[in-house]
Amino acid sequence: MNKNNEFMKIGDKTFKSRLIVGTGKYKSFDETRQAIEISGAEMVTVAVRRIELDKNKDSILNHLDPQKYTFLPNTAGCYTQKEAVMTCELAREAGLGNIVKVEVIGDEKTLFPDNEATLEASKALIKEGFHVLPYCTDDVVLCKKLEDIGCTAVMPLAAPIGSGLGIRNPYNIKLILEAVKIPVIIDAGVGTASDASRAMELGVSGILMNTAIAGAKDPLKMALAMKMAVECGRMAYESGRIPKKLYASASSPLDGLVEL
Amino acid sequence: MKLTINGEMREILKSQTLGELIRELNIQAPNFAMALNQQVIPKSKYTTTPIQENDEVEIVHAVGGGV
Repeated sequence: MNKNNEFMKIGDKTFKSRLIVGTGKYKSFDETRQAIEISGAEMVTVAVRRIELDKNKDSILNHLDPQKYTFLPNTAGCYTQKEAVMTCELAREAGLGNIVKVEVIGDEKTLFPDNEATLEASKALIKEGFHVLPYCTDDVVLCKKLEDIGCTAVMPLAAPIGSGLGIRNPYNIKLILEAVKIPVIIDAGVGTASDASRAMELGVSGILMNTAIAGAKDPLKMALAMKMAVECGRMAYESGRIPKKLYASASSPLDGLVEL
Repeated sequence: MKLTINGEMREILKSQTLGELIRELNIQAPNFAMALNQQVIPKSKYTTTPIQENDEVEIVHAVGGGV
């Protein structure tokens, strides 16, 4: 038995942890730093925003060691292909690396992605040499297209961003896993530890979450719960679960039974 | 000279290049990036990129965010 889970490979990097965490919604930079440390994540996603002029505010980057973490700049809040592409270019220029999470939102209420714009933005960014991880719906045809144009991974949502509903359609995730060779990373919708385990048991390469940890009553404890859940789920997947059966199957031998 | 910086109209007193503008605005974020009229400018070109009246400048940095 090999107790250690296999590594997650994204582009030319490998990660021991299959948990990717966001850096939003925490009470303070200190809480952000602690939660991320406890989660064991090695990849963290950050947003790119305008600097507030005349205010020399503290920066999240002062609290996260770039030697320890791979940054995954995201284009959260972008509604057009143009905005998403420029945000990634700015992120690379700001020294955040060239692995990017492309997110082009198509609907304000559900925060569902605009899949066509996501595909076009991804194409443009791949041409510019980025490793592109697109946030998308759990659509197998779309994920195949994203693989065909050269995306490094696909990031289908489990449920709407921040909803905590868990995996709404595990069968779609299964189909995507069968259809593409690139890593599949669940992005958005996880609510609690069992959601993370279930996702990992399906065989996805990793999970990205933010609100489930940052929004918990005790974010630090939830960070640990999520770390363990992701590890457990992956280990169960690698172990190969028993098939589901309709009827009972005794685990005690029938031979030598006391007969009256 | 009037510029639009991060969507805000600003009167700039002495800067002629992006490099000078960073000093005049006292930008101290550890990692930031700039775009001039919707074109991302590499850091190495800040000191040689001139700015003109009515230019649109974006100055961004990393903030906490997730999905």
